[in-house]
Amino acid sequence: MATKLPETRAESVFKDFKPAYDTAHALAEANRCLYCLDAPCIGACPTSINIPEFIRKIATGNLRGSARTIFESNILGMSCARVCPVEVLCVGECVYNRMDQPPIQIGKLQRYATDMAYDEGWEFFEAGPDTGKKVALIGAGPASLSCAHRLRRYGHACTIFEKRDVVGGLNTFGVAPYKMKADRAVTEAEWVLGIGGIEVKTGVEIGVDVSFSTLEHDYDAIFVGIGLGPDKHLGVPGEDLEGVYGAVDFIEAIKLEPAAFDGVKSVAVIGGGNTAVDCVREALGLGLGAVTMVYRGTEAVMPGYAHEWKAAKVDGAHALWQRSPIAYEGENGRVSGLRLQVFDEHKQPVAGQEERIDADLVLVAVGQSRLLDLLKLDGVNMDHRRILTDAGGFTGRPGVYAGGDLANGAKEVVNAVAEGRDAAVAIHAYLTEA
Amino acid sequence: MPDLSTNCAGITSPNPFWLASAPPANSGAQVMRAFDHGWGGAVWKTLGQPIQNVSSRFGGLHYRGTRGIGFNNIELITDRPLEVNFKEIYEVKKRYPKHAVVVSLMVETEEEWQDIIKRSIDAGADGLELNFGCPHGMCERGMGSAVGQEPTVNEKITSWAKKYSSVPVLVKLTPNVGDIVPHGIAAQNGGADGVSLINTIKSIIGVDLDRLVPEPRVGNASTNGGYCGAAVKPIALHMVAALARDHLFNLPISGIGGISNWRDAVEFMALGASSVQVCTEVMLRGYRVVEDMIEGLENFMRDKGFERLDQLIGKAVPTYSEWGDLDLNYEIVARIDADKCIGCHLCEVACHDGAHQCIHNDPNGSFVPVVDEDECVGCNLCQIVCPVPGCITMAEIDNGYAPATWNEHVWEGAKLRPKKGAH
Ligand SMILES: Cc1cc2nc3c(=O)[nH]c(=O)nc-3n(C[C@H](O)[C@H](O)[C@H](O)COP(=O)(O)OP(=O)(O)OC[C@H]3O[C@@H](n4cnc5c(N)ncnc54)[C@H](O)[C@@H]3O)c2cc1C
Ligand SMILES: Cc1cc2nc3c(=O)[nH]c(=O)nc-3n(C[C@H](O)[C@H](O)[C@H](O)COP(=O)(O)O)c2cc1C
Repeated sequence: MATKLPETRAESVFKDFKPAYDTAHALAEANRCLYCLDAPCIGACPTSINIPEFIRKIATGNLRGSARTIFESNILGMSCARVCPVEVLCVGECVYNRMDQPPIQIGKLQRYATDMAYDEGWEFFEAGPDTGKKVALIGAGPASLSCAHRLRRYGHACTIFEKRDVVGGLNTFGVAPYKMKADRAVTEAEWVLGIGGIEVKTGVEIGVDVSFSTLEHDYDAIFVGIGLGPDKHLGVPGEDLEGVYGAVDFIEAIKLEPAAFDGVKSVAVIGGGNTAVDCVREALGLGLGAVTMVYRGTEAVMPGYAHEWKAAKVDGAHALWQRSPIAYEGENGRVSGLRLQVFDEHKQPVAGQEERIDADLVLVAVGQSRLLDLLKLDGVNMDHRRILTDAGGFTGRPGVYAGGDLANGAKEVVNAVAEGRDAAVAIHAYLTEA
Repeated sequence: MPDLSTNCAGITSPNPFWLASAPPANSGAQVMRAFDHGWGGAVWKTLGQPIQNVSSRFGGLHYRGTRGIGFNNIELITDRPLEVNFKEIYEVKKRYPKHAVVVSLMVETEEEWQDIIKRSIDAGADGLELNFGCPHGMCERGMGSAVGQEPTVNEKITSWAKKYSSVPVLVKLTPNVGDIVPHGIAAQNGGADGVSLINTIKSIIGVDLDRLVPEPRVGNASTNGGYCGAAVKPIALHMVAALARDHLFNLPISGIGGISNWRDAVEFMALGASSVQVCTEVMLRGYRVVEDMIEGLENFMRDKGFERLDQLIGKAVPTYSEWGDLDLNYEIVARIDADKCIGCHLCEVACHDGAHQCIHNDPNGSFVPVVDEDECVGCNLCQIVCPVPGCITMAEIDNGYAPATWNEHVWEGAKLRPKKGAH
């Protein structure tokens, strides 16, 4: 299965931004929960975890039951507890916000219960009786892991094909290390696979090493959870200079390798989305000197979460608003600075207004390309940015389902988990139709 | 500034807050420290024959993160030598002449009562409290609640005490009886100057789930103990009020049981107590709690225009009536303030599962539930569960019916409004 991660990785220097609760804190917070009926936090959770119920169980000391409540809806509840943007999901909807009281720290409580389940080795789920049906899942990210686990509960045999040699998808090589480190995501993937009956073939890229039609021939159904493609670039001069990285490439390097960036004194991060903000905080955490985010629009319209950008500013980040690179400049093949075009508030270039800043590391976070080619097949519905499915992940081509970033256009881990799970329900219905 | 000076059964103190007979009033050094914090009096930890205590002795009842909302103990009376106690009582009285020092006693024979009363008075006691209440250990030796549960024994021992005492005698009553009134009357018939209540309630506070042994655990066993603390206040309030409103009972009352703050004290006084005693809250939080008790009581009295405690004492007693004398035509309904509502729907689930199914989701889709006033019986449950202060109020409805009680209905044919929520 998965190759072992190197013991020391660049991400090892990071501490948890939201530290774990000890028992006293967890109890105090759990007891504050009002145990709402039709709680809005549940509605805000893409996996619809019964949040008031799991919190009540923490309060009564029924931790095993608490963890079960979480995993029943979200088998990746352990990582979601750490990586979910709870501020805009469950916590953001807590009724306490409406009375100007601090909302319940649902993520931290969920981490408390799920970590306990891992530490104690509690088991909750069994594979269903063998149905004789086989499902192939492409990609070993959150969507496929969630889908495969649910399929196993129904008793279908599963094989996951993953082109990388690590499992977990972006949960392993993408999320910011101050939220979760790679080894924890791998631990989670292995815990999910612990239900048994899921074969994982790493280092196999579907469409390259094995064709899609082979899978269609060999399996009764296919779930596609391949996420997004490589980093996009702006197509400006100097992109091949040493020191210019795609954001996800950079993050993958610090998450999986002992990557070192010696001698870096100033970093420019291009973009204003969540990946850009993550890069900013990561570069600051690694001590790579002054870090400047360069974004085309204004602070008001940046797509990155306000709470994350606020935290980045506390960490020491600066931003240049209404700017975008028109060239990377370098010396001896290494990047040393950027030429910037100034934009007006409508993101339109202001003629003749250019600036230059120093940077010996440039992280380009302007989005990821799409992996739609694999599914350019009869029946599959798609637009220019995602596979279009129904609520059960059905692509339009019999037996072929999709979920996660590939199908939702790039959301969060918790969306991928929900879509993988719901696709499993639909696949099960498809496989057991008379 | 309202005057808090207190006279309960002839025992006077600068304020009505006394330490109850228990660990906080176990020694001279403690009582003096308590007086320095502001306590007006102390009922000394019960004196009697030598005893030996067990370990552990206390159990706590914790609820939703709040520790010690109820408390239980299996300790006995003082385990310190009598001479030491008397010497310390003497010293306290010398240093604090204006504070009340009441000595609690529990012995068996008339000779023992005579002896211990004399020694207490010689030490300077301002009053005596006869402990007829302890529900564990001592009652098995024919003392404590074994006395308090037998009106004739109670009356006899009270009369012995009165015979030998030159200072006021309070009888401390046990709540472990079906009806408190005959026991108060027995003390009165024995000549008591007042009663104090309640002592602790017979209880098992919990079970250690790892060992499956009740708590507090003594090795591999436990025993029933005495329950007290905030959780017992409603029981104590009722017993105090039951005596206060009884026409045959005329003694002053020292109120005890679950008093944790000035509000509790005001409630006891409004229902007839002329002094209040505190044990558990001091055990859990220390003598310093008295500062807020005194200040809160003063502020309350100022707000109400009371200058002396006797304007407050017993004020609520006449409103404690029989069920059959309550106005059945008095109608209220729940109203939810949409501006305050946070949409937790706790009122709705409580009403649906625990009451009369009259609070529903807003048909227009807002998160503020709606009350079907035609069905609302005005039970209060929604208001009790609502977490937002002032969000749910119970509004009076003018239904056009004249007040009518059950008794008036049965005996005089008074007209009742149609029942609600009874289909
Ligand atoms: C930098 C970054 C930070 C993020 N931070 C957060 C966060 O903090 N919280 C949060 O909730 N979400 C975060 N996200 C989003 C989240 O990671 C994704 O929404 C989620 O991982 C999507 O899951 P998925 O299973 O659809 O795809 P992925 O996690 O992308 O997994 C897809 C897998 O498929 C494999 N694959 C691709 N093509 C093939 C093929 N042809 N054959 C075989 N295997 C293939 C890939 O190697 C990968 O392992 C972040 C994303 C990024 C880029
Ligand atoms: C540990 C402990 C020991 C007690 N000892 C005595 C005692 O010796 N004599 C007595 O009359 N009451 C004793 N009591 C009862 C208290 O005086 C008081 O009546 C009872 O605790 C209710 O008051 P509270 O709710 O403020 O604690 C004791 C109570 C506790 C908790």
